Amino acid sequence: MANTAQLKISFELADKIRAHGAQTYPHECCGALLGRDTEVADRRVDREIHGLHPLVNRRDDSPNNRFSVTSQDVLDAEKAARRQGLEVVGWYHSHPDHPARPSQYDRDHAWPWYSYIIVSVANRIPEEMTSWRLADDRTEFESEEIGLQRVAS
Amino acid sequence: MSVKVIIPTPLRVYAGKADSTEVSAKTVGEALGQLTVKFGDLRKHLFTEDGKLRSFVNVYVNDEDIRYLSKENTPTKDGDTISIVPSIAGGFV
Repeated sequence: MANTAQLKISFELADKIRAHGAQTYPHECCGALLGRDTEVADRRVDREIHGLHPLVNRRDDSPNNRFSVTSQDVLDAEKAARRQGLEVVGWYHSHPDHPARPSQYDRDHAWPWYSYIIVSVANRIPEEMTSWRLADDRTEFESEEIGLQRVAS
Repeated sequence: MSVKVIIPTPLRVYAGKADSTEVSAKTVGEALGQLTVKFGDLRKHLFTEDGKLRSFVNVYVNDEDIRYLSKENTPTKDGDTISIVPSIAGGFV
């Protein structure tokens, strides 16, 4: 895995993720993170989020503790990213009334390289936001620092 | 049978940053096998420990989902394109 220095996101986009989590409460929200990687020093990579592509949670059977994004949703998100000169660099979802920590289920279903932002929503109020990346050997999620930016760059 | 395999963005880091590669195969299963021989680090992300394609790995032959064809036994012919497309899932507990 590339050595990520930081996941950079504007306050505005972070607030949109929180708002999406509040809006769909008590169900999980989900969406794509559109951005780009920039190699900085020592093979370290800065990842910047420049847009969101909110999606509909396809898990009708258990939307309060599961989210699902179909392969067609993924292709649509990639198309939306390309139109903006970006790529899909990760995904966000909410954990209603649950900490912003990845579950075993999250890890079992994760792809490497993508950033996975989780926002905890307690009683419709968005709380902690964290980001995670799957280790190359799939054994764990590694925490990724979120760098909140004052202005969308 | 030369078949083009499109590698999804999150796996390109394990395939020398290539977005596609050519393999020689008569079925989808053979093509994916060849792919993981070529790029060994892809294997654990595409297949479970008992060798089954992971549930969130979707495979298309020329835009047809192999689940609606003959799955990994789907035959391939010269010039076909196999796309590996992620689906995304998660949640707590």
